[in-house]
Amino acid sequence: MVVDRIASRACLSRRTFLATSAAAGGGLMLNLSLPLGRSEAAPSESFVPNAFIRVGSDGQVVLTMPYVEMGQGTYTSIPMLIAEELDVSLKQVRLEHAPPNEKLYANPMLGVQATGNSNAVRGAWKPLREAGAAARFMLVAAAARRWNVDPASCRVQNGEVIHVPTSRRLKYGELAADAARMPVPKNVALKQPGDFKLIGTPAKRLDAAGKVNGAAVYGIDARPQGVKFATLAQSPVFGGRVRSIDDTAAKAVKAVRQIVRLDDAVAVVADHMGAAKKGLAALKIEWDDGPHARLTTEEIARELDQATLGSGAVAQNIGDADKAMAGAASKVEATYQVPFLAHAAMEPMNCTVHFRKDECEIWIGSQAVARVQAMAAKAAGLPPEKVIVHNHLIGGGFGRRLEADGAVRAVEIAKHIDGPVKVVWTREEDIQHDMYRPYWFDRISAGLDDKGRPVAWKNRFAGSSVIARWLPPAFKDGLDPDSTEGAIDLVYDLPNFHVEYVRVEPPGIPTAFWRSVGPSHNVFVTESFIDEMAAAAKQDAVAYRRSLLDRSPRAKAVLDLAAEKAGWGQTLPKGSGRGVSLQFVFGSYLAQVAEVEVSQEGAVRVRRVVCAVDCGIAVNPDTVQAQIQSAIIFGITAALHGEITLKDGRVQQSNFDDYQMLRMNEAPAIEVHIVRNSEPPGGMGECGTSAIVPAVANAIFAATGKRLRKMPVDAATLKQLG
Amino acid sequence: MAFTIKVNGNTRTVDVDGDTPLLWVLRDVLGMTGTKFGCGRALCGACTVHIDGVATRSCVTSIDSIGKSKVTTIEAIGATPAGAKVQKAWLEHEVVQCGYCQSGQIMSAAALLASNPHPTDADIDEAMSGNVCRCGTYVRIREAIKLAAQADERGG
Repeated sequence: MVVDRIASRACLSRRTFLATSAAAGGGLMLNLSLPLGRSEAAPSESFVPNAFIRVGSDGQVVLTMPYVEMGQGTYTSIPMLIAEELDVSLKQVRLEHAPPNEKLYANPMLGVQATGNSNAVRGAWKPLREAGAAARFMLVAAAARRWNVDPASCRVQNGEVIHVPTSRRLKYGELAADAARMPVPKNVALKQPGDFKLIGTPAKRLDAAGKVNGAAVYGIDARPQGVKFATLAQSPVFGGRVRSIDDTAAKAVKAVRQIVRLDDAVAVVADHMGAAKKGLAALKIEWDDGPHARLTTEEIARELDQATLGSGAVAQNIGDADKAMAGAASKVEATYQVPFLAHAAMEPMNCTVHFRKDECEIWIGSQAVARVQAMAAKAAGLPPEKVIVHNHLIGGGFGRRLEADGAVRAVEIAKHIDGPVKVVWTREEDIQHDMYRPYWFDRISAGLDDKGRPVAWKNRFAGSSVIARWLPPAFKDGLDPDSTEGAIDLVYDLPNFHVEYVRVEPPGIPTAFWRSVGPSHNVFVTESFIDEMAAAAKQDAVAYRRSLLDRSPRAKAVLDLAAEKAGWGQTLPKGSGRGVSLQFVFGSYLAQVAEVEVSQEGAVRVRRVVCAVDCGIAVNPDTVQAQIQSAIIFGITAALHGEITLKDGRVQQSNFDDYQMLRMNEAPAIEVHIVRNSEPPGGMGECGTSAIVPAVANAIFAATGKRLRKMPVDAATLKQLG
Repeated sequence: MAFTIKVNGNTRTVDVDGDTPLLWVLRDVLGMTGTKFGCGRALCGACTVHIDGVATRSCVTSIDSIGKSKVTTIEAIGATPAGAKVQKAWLEHEVVQCGYCQSGQIMSAAALLASNPHPTDADIDEAMSGNVCRCGTYVRIREAIKLAAQADERGG
């Protein structure tokens, strides 16, 4: 296999940016090295190969994609970077899923092979364009040599090299073999933004066609020959075990083949999922609930509350917040809380495994395929290279599929089965055995001067660090870059600023990344609290923010744009209100204005959302718009409905009736306004989610005078005051 | 026991318990994976198929309830006039993201347009609110349904 062959060699060329070789078909192959981002995992001077371009003799450009498609449009925007510099149409680029290989495909901004943190375009922006430009340079050199002319007299257009004076043309495919023998350029000139043909122009998604006719293949659709179907029950209390089972009735169900009892789970294997589910329902399981049998969410919240009364690791300190607070004319103080949240991707957790004597084959849709390989290998008792992982399209990731627990579970089951087995979790298992967005508790205060202007800001918050478990080297001195993003480095001019983080890992409930990660919590707190400060200062929420933005012109510009487009200041009917939020996270500036309507009964309806975004160069503006629409719906879902609670150690929610999703009839009108400039691209997959929650909460305040400091929105609270 | 059903114009016989949901017959027994599993309780619409043209949640429709009715799935909906228009509009408006729920969305939208060629916003809410999209493509779904309805108006 070409990829593997190149992979082993590429590892040797640590300092090489580009190396070439003749591909199997005589084509040009570029081995692209991406410099690692700042990471403890690898020294900063090292260069680790990460992706491949291949130009075949048929002229087709093949990109081995290190990033996975989960709806965010990366299978279109990343090829655009290559195609732009190569001057080929997007149709000429074919994608291949990258196999697991941390050395080759590490995400340059994470240091591991993963798609997350809204950074695919950010990480790929320079190196992938450079790879395209280098390939173009070599194709031109090959053509010039064949014609015996000066390369400077040639140009490229639409997959061809043209000798301008004589109008001779050669297609890339005809040049591929020769180009492979050309020297790799050390420095290649990249196109100037003004010359972009693809970047910045809406492009059609390359993955759309198969998604409208049922042809797209997700992990759950994998069907290796002879596959059996399994579903499972895991201990309803995290950390519990199976005490006993009675499988008499389950085994009597037609098409049920086998019951697999694990330490903390039981699986029913059948000829189809219908029989597996029926068998599971007939299975009698007694559980030993273990140490967390009486755990409640309230207990966890109390622990976090207590933790904010102590001291934490200092995430950022500017000036002297204590001194400034003591001298302030007035003070604003509050506590905020956000709940555990499930991911509830539409494709329930699933993984197909064929465990054989000395190897293991896995079919899955994963955001972190190398992690799947490593953890599955451990569970299988095999070296990683004996675990073959086939990655698939992802039916919703949102951070859930950065985890490998589902693959580990499937391997544990498959070890007991002769032949391949597809383990599909019911929706109930998916929600009750998720790894959840952490519960967070914030204790925050601000000092204002006699004009209401902030002179001091103090925030201490407590909650789980997902990074500490998922990427341990990035958790350092009590801090990690995710837990604090959106709580520090604010866009506002805040002269005395002190933020502390207290890591508290609640027992009995696992936590994980969830769309918009750290900012999903921090931006809700900071943008709600700035609103509180504006109210305390008796100033308009937009004007107050604006007065603190002199050192952040890009933030000011999106705020102004959103306010203008939303008709900020115009009168709304009684019971309605507008709320604003402003953030700089994931490398993008975003302002949102939400318009809500609150009924007499306290029911909240978000009617309209206006968003202004400055994400630098919008590689595919249609995707930028789509991701903001998507992220806003995701965030409103959380704000209005999202809450996972524990009682007796058990997650109380189970399906879409008690863990509700926003639906068509509740969806607001959404307007997206994109600021055009030539700054490097920022991330777009998540920032819309963190921004909408405070915008909705602030709008509810404008409509009702009630400040909601705990998510999700509690209709009963709003009714009482109505 | 054995059941003979008509799926996308083909006659298929399967040997399963009578209470087996159609969803698993389609996906696991017949290998037609375009129809998706989302909740198992008719709460999300990912498994929507047409039974005699009516949008139906296959995850709660037992195989013994189908009888001689015609089952149409996402794999064949493009052969119906409404289905073809909906698919075209979906591509035109770039509706899909992760795409997992879109089989069900398209089946619901095609059933809506087949029975109501010019739906109002309220009609769209009524017909589509049973279909959850976690990627939040609702804004574009609404636009695409309207575009598909206009295609009908223009005769094409």
